Amino acid sequence: MPAVAAEDSATVGGRPGAVRRAVRAHPLAVYVVRRIVTGAGLAVVVSFLVFGATQILPGNAASSILGDKATPQAVALVTKELGLDRPIAVQYKDWIVSFAHGDLGNSFGSGFSVSKLIGIRAQNTITLALLALVLIIPVSIVIGVITGLRAGGALDHVFSVYSLVNIAIPEFVIGTLLIAVLAVRFHVFPAVSILPPDDPAISHPDLLVLPVLTLFIGAIAYNNRLVRAGVTEAMRSEYVKMARLNGLSESRVVWRHALPNALAPAVQIFASTVQWLLGGTIAVEVVFGFPGLGQGLVEAVNTRDIPVVQAIAMYIALVYIGINIVADLITVLLIPKLRTAQ
Amino acid sequence: MSASVSGRASGLLSRARPPLRAVRRELRSGEAAVGWIGLTAIVLLVIVGPAFAPAAPSDIVALPYATPGAGHLLGTDFIGRDVLSRVLNGGRSVVLLALAATVLAYLLGGTIGLVAGFVRGRTDGVLMRAVDVFLAFPHMLFILLLATGVGASWWVVVVGIGIIQSPQISRVFRAATLQLTGRGFVEAAVARGEATARILRREILPNIVTTFVADAGPRFTFSILTVAALNFLGVGLRPPAPDWAVMISENRPGLQVNVWGVIAPALLIAILAVSINLVGDAYARRRGISTDVDPAQP
Repeated sequence: MPAVAAEDSATVGGRPGAVRRAVRAHPLAVYVVRRIVTGAGLAVVVSFLVFGATQILPGNAASSILGDKATPQAVALVTKELGLDRPIAVQYKDWIVSFAHGDLGNSFGSGFSVSKLIGIRAQNTITLALLALVLIIPVSIVIGVITGLRAGGALDHVFSVYSLVNIAIPEFVIGTLLIAVLAVRFHVFPAVSILPPDDPAISHPDLLVLPVLTLFIGAIAYNNRLVRAGVTEAMRSEYVKMARLNGLSESRVVWRHALPNALAPAVQIFASTVQWLLGGTIAVEVVFGFPGLGQGLVEAVNTRDIPVVQAIAMYIALVYIGINIVADLITVLLIPKLRTAQ
Repeated sequence: MSASVSGRASGLLSRARPPLRAVRRELRSGEAAVGWIGLTAIVLLVIVGPAFAPAAPSDIVALPYATPGAGHLLGTDFIGRDVLSRVLNGGRSVVLLALAATVLAYLLGGTIGLVAGFVRGRTDGVLMRAVDVFLAFPHMLFILLLATGVGASWWVVVVGIGIIQSPQISRVFRAATLQLTGRGFVEAAVARGEATARILRREILPNIVTTFVADAGPRFTFSILTVAALNFLGVGLRPPAPDWAVMISENRPGLQVNVWGVIAPALLIAILAVSINLVGDAYARRRGISTDVDPAQP
């Protein structure tokens, strides 16, 4: 949860009169601006990280194109050709400027333009993630609310054990077990989701079932506990006690007082699920041979195709930061206390 | 992070109790008992397993993907090596890499958290901003970038997991340290003019042991899962290492023929991680430390 109130009061205190008045009049606007500015700053730091990490070893790029058996002369030649002998700051500047213009360079491996390579992959990953999300959010809210209202009951215990067990099973293992049972043993679904090239995933729904199911099983275990925690906390709160003392019916207490407050953090849950999916889809795509961004990233990492790695990494990181900002802003809008407290 | 340090006193006292009673208390919860049984079985398998392997993990004993039969109880893998022998040898890397990564994470995160919480002021501010930046970056991506830079190897996995876990740990340690710095015995040590490093080691650290142990279970589970995922993706240990995750990756094409090359290592990874989770959860629950999932956790 964003700590708007504390931060605001700390910085507002030290400002001269006019600015302080403006800030006090529009605390929300100030928060929005500040959150976007920190997000932009974060994006710059992330671009250093992405660029820097792939340049740790000198001559890395050239030797990854030419392979292990290249002569030092050949490596030096390719290094010069790619402009990799220039100062690192110049290289970074060129890279980030072309990135901002949408020019992602060419793949070391295939020579094709990176934007062409990752375009359809991005589309496929978004399809996969959205389908998973549409299932994950309502189901985890329903399970979380039911177990939260009957905390300590039999059903709560069942789901608590299920979550404890399932959280500890990696997605690639879940996916592999699903393939073993549903594809190999019972032939219900195809074992791999390899698509004809240039075909979007959405046109082959049967290939999407197992990857979506894998993500669903993986995320439910975690998310229903988040919702449950919010609901039990609300049910123990002062305002629920007050509502009960006022003689309101239990269903009214639950529906009018407890749940709306318990579900405000749902925005954060939504955001954390999307962020989890950004990482979770990587292994799942590899398991099913699904042609998405994650699989492309792992392929590029293993062949050290640096332009592809940089492009996909930047996109994933930017989406991650963007979702964080949007979720924080929506949460502040939903919870008046965070907005007005000075 | 809602881990409280309310169980601190009981944590110190329990060390004086006879070990047998502590064990019995530990096993009273059904979940913890299941966890301990699973954990003991896997640890035994990892330690003594290699001695019982019928063949060397690299020996080719039959045709590829042979189904279970005499001489090879779990069949053979994609080039005809004995699956049972490889499974018995393949746990050591998972456990050791995860252990090393978790230790590194606590060394990094613990130090940052202790210093930030004790020194406070500007140092605290700078350290915690750095932590914020790291938390806003997708974890898996960081390790994949590292692997692109220096190539796939086991130490990329250890260093990468160590680094990505340290920000969360530093927050937990900082919170626990902050609660202690105002206490009498710490202020007395400060007044005596003791060195900061000594105060951290002698006064603060022993008093946050319970917080640390409750925190370590889920983190070790996370390390195991991430080590397995990275080895599976080909970023960590590479074939022909007899590693459970590597086995899953290389034997997948033969799932239809000999399912055990994939199922056996997959089940063992799952049992190991689930057992640690059950044990850790029971420990934290008994000491009244909230085990509610932390939204910021990956």
